[in-house]
Amino acid sequence: MRDARGDIKRPIGLRLWLSGGWLTLLALAAIFAPLIAPQDPLAQDLFTSRLPPFWDAKAEAGYLLGSDSLGRDVLSRIVYGARLALIVALVAGTLTCLVGGTLGLIAGYYRGWPDRIISRFVDIWMAFPPVLFAILLIAVLGPGLISIIIAIVVIDWTRFARVIRAEAMSQGVMDYVASAQVAGRGRFGTMITEILPNVLPTMVALLTLEMGIAVIVEAILSFVNLSISTDSPTWGGMISEGRTSVHQAWWVLVFPLITLFLTVLSFSQLGEGLKDRFDPVLR
Amino acid sequence: MKPYLSIRNLCVTLKHGAPILRSVSLDVSAGQVHGLVGESGAGKSMIGKAVLGTLPRALHIRSGEIWLDGVDLLTLPLQERRKRIGATAALIPQDPLTALNPSRRIGPQITKRLVDILGWHKNAAEDRALDLLAEVHIPDPARVMRSYPHELSGGMRQRILIASAFAAEPKLIIADEPTTALDVTVQKQILRLIADMQARHGTALLFVTHDLGVVSKVCDTLSVLYAGKVVEDARMQRFFMRPVHPYSAALLAATPTYTNPTGSLKPVPATVIEDVETEVQQHDMRAGL
Repeated sequence: MRDARGDIKRPIGLRLWLSGGWLTLLALAAIFAPLIAPQDPLAQDLFTSRLPPFWDAKAEAGYLLGSDSLGRDVLSRIVYGARLALIVALVAGTLTCLVGGTLGLIAGYYRGWPDRIISRFVDIWMAFPPVLFAILLIAVLGPGLISIIIAIVVIDWTRFARVIRAEAMSQGVMDYVASAQVAGRGRFGTMITEILPNVLPTMVALLTLEMGIAVIVEAILSFVNLSISTDSPTWGGMISEGRTSVHQAWWVLVFPLITLFLTVLSFSQLGEGLKDRFDPVLR
Repeated sequence: MKPYLSIRNLCVTLKHGAPILRSVSLDVSAGQVHGLVGESGAGKSMIGKAVLGTLPRALHIRSGEIWLDGVDLLTLPLQERRKRIGATAALIPQDPLTALNPSRRIGPQITKRLVDILGWHKNAAEDRALDLLAEVHIPDPARVMRSYPHELSGGMRQRILIASAFAAEPKLIIADEPTTALDVTVQKQILRLIADMQARHGTALLFVTHDLGVVSKVCDTLSVLYAGKVVEDARMQRFFMRPVHPYSAALLAATPTYTNPTGSLKPVPATVIEDVETEVQQHDMRAGL
């Protein structure tokens, strides 16, 4: 559909609604966690341990999704866990995008020796098994939020570098790049005005994908007890604890797992949806 | 009269030495239209690219001189060269579909040039762009300025590129097969438009094409290029009456005519190609390539 000015008006697709909706919900939950969470996520109470979720006959009011073996409310812990997950997703995702995207852009547009150096680095980097690399990094840096973010950036910048490099290369041979150069614009200026806007849709798609991956990496690190301290709730930590009591209280494992799954899926779908919407060539 | 653009003995090779252009010389006089014809792969576009400093990375200029307005461009450092070219020359590219940045609106793509190179004020540049768009017969220029390239047709985009090429009042325009990507009806309009604009602005035009019919309509003089070498330089009328080089004659004979649509196409005979090959080889030997 077009209006009189030729701008395209399209209804926001179901994909964007669902993924955006879930992420908005999560963001609100993270911001207003103290108001939303029915219980203190850290309060232990052995009288309320392993309560089943609300539909079960043995469920207790105030423990909507049940409680774990120490009597902590699962829902409250998921809500508080969203804080860490989203901070990691946003900060680590953005930093990874900036580092990898910049290097990829330079390699793909300048070619020559900058490309050779960056590409060889990427090749070497990608030969490391990523999870082991992360564990090693955390072991060196010490556990903590900053360490997790650094670890994710250090592992994952190569993904951006590779893809953005290829994209910048294919843009670099276009006639409008040559025209910009004939118009006397410098190489750096050309890169910013001609190449960057055209790799942006890809960058956005990759960025949201990376946010999902960051959430997973954080969960994996929590799972192996290398994330931030054990007394702040994380989804990965909950999954790890739930694993030990899965036969007595499956809900401790399953609910954070579902939350994690939906979040990662939403991030990737959001990226695809945004790319379709903002890529001038696709729309 | 002194030519505005003068290419002297230009040799361009692949990085590893295979020749692309063999000692090409040609002149474009101020305010004149010079055609550059030849078959695919003869190196036509590479001449334009060598002048503008946009040769692909794999190629480089081995020797020769490119005089633009009394200055040998090849003696200048690249950045200096581009600045000079940007101020005095412009390109009408072959493919209007890839020549405009898809993620930027049309307006800034035309005005940026004026603002950047000539230091115009933004409003003045916008007024100028509107005038130019009107001059190339674009309806509702104000709306087009706000459009993205994908919202416009190929013919429209080529008009915009022509407007954009003339924007900074360059002394020389290189048109690299400007009508090849368009269908025949649009081709004619665009051709007429380029000729009109050239005449009105008095710009020197180097018109690169493989289409002799097009050349006969717009050019004053022409060079015939074969395998990276100029085999004939001629004034228009003389060329069509009495081509001197056997390859030129064969090329002329091979042009399909609209007046005899059922007649079979005449290929360029192999003996002519062989003649040219020998001549190119002899030339190479003389030039020591």
